[in-house]
Amino acid sequence: MAKPTNDDKPQEPQQGSEGIPAPEGPANLIDTDYVIGQDNIKASPLGVDVDLHSTVFMVSSVVILLFVILTLAMQAQMEPIFDAMFSFLTTKLTWVFLLGANVFVILALVLIFTPMGKVRIGGAHAKPDFGYAGWFAMLFAAGMGIGLMFYGVSEPLGHFGTALGGIGLGEDGLRTDWSPLGGAEGDQAGAVSLSMAATIFHWGLHPWGAYAIVGLSLAIFAYNKGLPLTMRSIFYPILGERIWGWPGHLIDILAVFATLFGLATSLGLGATQASAGLNYLFGIPDTNLTLVLLILGITIVALGSIMLGVDKGVQRLSQLNMALALLLLLFVIAVGPTLMIATGVFENLLGYVKNLPALSMPFGREDANFSQGWTAFYWAWWIAWSPFVGMFIARVSRGRTVREFLIAVLVVPTLASVVWMTAFGTTAIDQVINQGITEVQDAALELQLFTMLEYLPLTAITSFVGIVLVIVFFITSSDSGSLVIDSITAGGKVDAPKPQRVFWALIEGGIAIALLLGGGLGALQTAALTTGLPFTLVLLVGCYAIVKGLMSEPKAK
Amino acid sequence: MFNKIMVPVDLAHIEVIEPSLKVSADMARHYQAEVCYVGVTATTPGSVARTPEEYAQKLEAFAQQRGQVHGQPVSSKMITRVDPVADLVDTLVKAIDEVEADLVVMPTHAHRHLDIVMPANGSQVASRTSASVFLVRPDANE
Repeated sequence: MAKPTNDDKPQEPQQGSEGIPAPEGPANLIDTDYVIGQDNIKASPLGVDVDLHSTVFMVSSVVILLFVILTLAMQAQMEPIFDAMFSFLTTKLTWVFLLGANVFVILALVLIFTPMGKVRIGGAHAKPDFGYAGWFAMLFAAGMGIGLMFYGVSEPLGHFGTALGGIGLGEDGLRTDWSPLGGAEGDQAGAVSLSMAATIFHWGLHPWGAYAIVGLSLAIFAYNKGLPLTMRSIFYPILGERIWGWPGHLIDILAVFATLFGLATSLGLGATQASAGLNYLFGIPDTNLTLVLLILGITIVALGSIMLGVDKGVQRLSQLNMALALLLLLFVIAVGPTLMIATGVFENLLGYVKNLPALSMPFGREDANFSQGWTAFYWAWWIAWSPFVGMFIARVSRGRTVREFLIAVLVVPTLASVVWMTAFGTTAIDQVINQGITEVQDAALELQLFTMLEYLPLTAITSFVGIVLVIVFFITSSDSGSLVIDSITAGGKVDAPKPQRVFWALIEGGIAIALLLGGGLGALQTAALTTGLPFTLVLLVGCYAIVKGLMSEPKAK
Repeated sequence: MFNKIMVPVDLAHIEVIEPSLKVSADMARHYQAEVCYVGVTATTPGSVARTPEEYAQKLEAFAQQRGQVHGQPVSSKMITRVDPVADLVDTLVKAIDEVEADLVVMPTHAHRHLDIVMPANGSQVASRTSASVFLVRPDANE
């Protein structure tokens, strides 16, 4: 059959045939001659069908292989280079991250209230592909995941300690303390309030703002404008047809790089945490064998999930994940200082809003350690993850209005983070100040959650749920990540042959094991985080693309 | 014997389904049956169409064109899925009931070792429906 072209495609769809929904509103597709998949190679090596974007797949694979080999072979040389790069970004370019993240949040908030919020992703009459519960579970599980388990206790505690310690000045007159803003020396209530505000700041509007920008711009340009679901499509309003060439390839390759290394290294580090937890709780030896078995187990479950697909695999696993997390949350609220947590939610929300302008100020910061070491680090992290989370969010959000999308991606998760952080943080801080328990504070970072649970009833059960959650949270990020990488390397196709997604899930597990045994996990994670800088620029373009794209949509009646 | 034949089609790989199109046309003529062409596609833009509506149009046009080849009544049904590759078998099994087909003619690949871990879609459909299923091997034409 002749290669399909877009020339014979009418711009205004006529009535479809029987059983097909009426045209989903006036179409405003971007007029391009590019046919999705035209740069793909289709082959059947060893009887396995593949359908891949030749350049993106080849170059990404080579770059990934090269980085892994380099890191393994010259760990001592590579680690300082990656570290220096990243510390340059977070110390010298803090303002870029902070300013960029503020732009994302403000645009996303403003869009909720403008008439553009009425535009529906996929056309005026598109029906949502998922129900609210499944949709939200997938958004949340892909976006935050394991960090909530890791930082829920340790971050509020950490900020509380440094804030209470107050400001310390070095000989050069620069601050040596890590407390947020001006700290709260000797003021216990003030330190609690400041530490919770700072934690919620890092887990609230800003990370989700970055996800919302990527998700919304991709969703609009794929479902409403007819461009492939891959990072390069965001650049269409600026680069036009040039996105099909090297500028587009580079953006996609960078997204594959950030996603794959982000996932592989957190798989390795996540396994390290889970193994430390297993060792602490059940005395299971914390050896390489345990780690490798954990990674294998996680990879196998993630494989099962992606084979079953988005609907039956990823969605169900995300729902299970949400249910377990909710159980643990309710348990902590019930047996912890319930009243303190209940009033804390409102106080912390208020404290967050009150401190938000100062915490998010990109210029003239005096709390360099905090704003560079914590905030800029987090922003680089969230932004480096945003291509993957945003692309996955875009894929499952067809049929929602822009307003619904932004409320679900920005506002609801922020509130959920407020409740989560308040429950875990307040409980831990309460143990320190009201019960005089210092073990949690003294424990290693990855064990603080489990140490806290130890001072609550039913430790054996809750700690087990905690470990399971760490693992399941990881799986729900891993499976959606593999799907995203597969669709980028297939030129935006989501219906490429199944073995491809299996390939990426295996590569992820393989890299994690190789780096875990050979060393260099941390180094490569740093390398992935440095992509936060280019992606900050990509996201700023995304902001422009969203406005431009939404303005050209037919006005909702 | 058969009143309605369902033929799953993949508009992106017409060459793959060619043999099964031929078989279904012959069967339709023989049994005076209606043929329903079913396409399962992603909601995201793809190589065949950039919107589901456009896909539906192309599928309907394809069905009409096939109808002229075999002269039997035709219909088409497009089904969109978020993850069409993973949900294909489920979707087809459901579609058989929905279009009330009593015969399914679909292509399948040659037997291979990978089938042990990833069974062919055709054999999975056959094992889960009460309709008759005719699996056409790729070299049937030769």
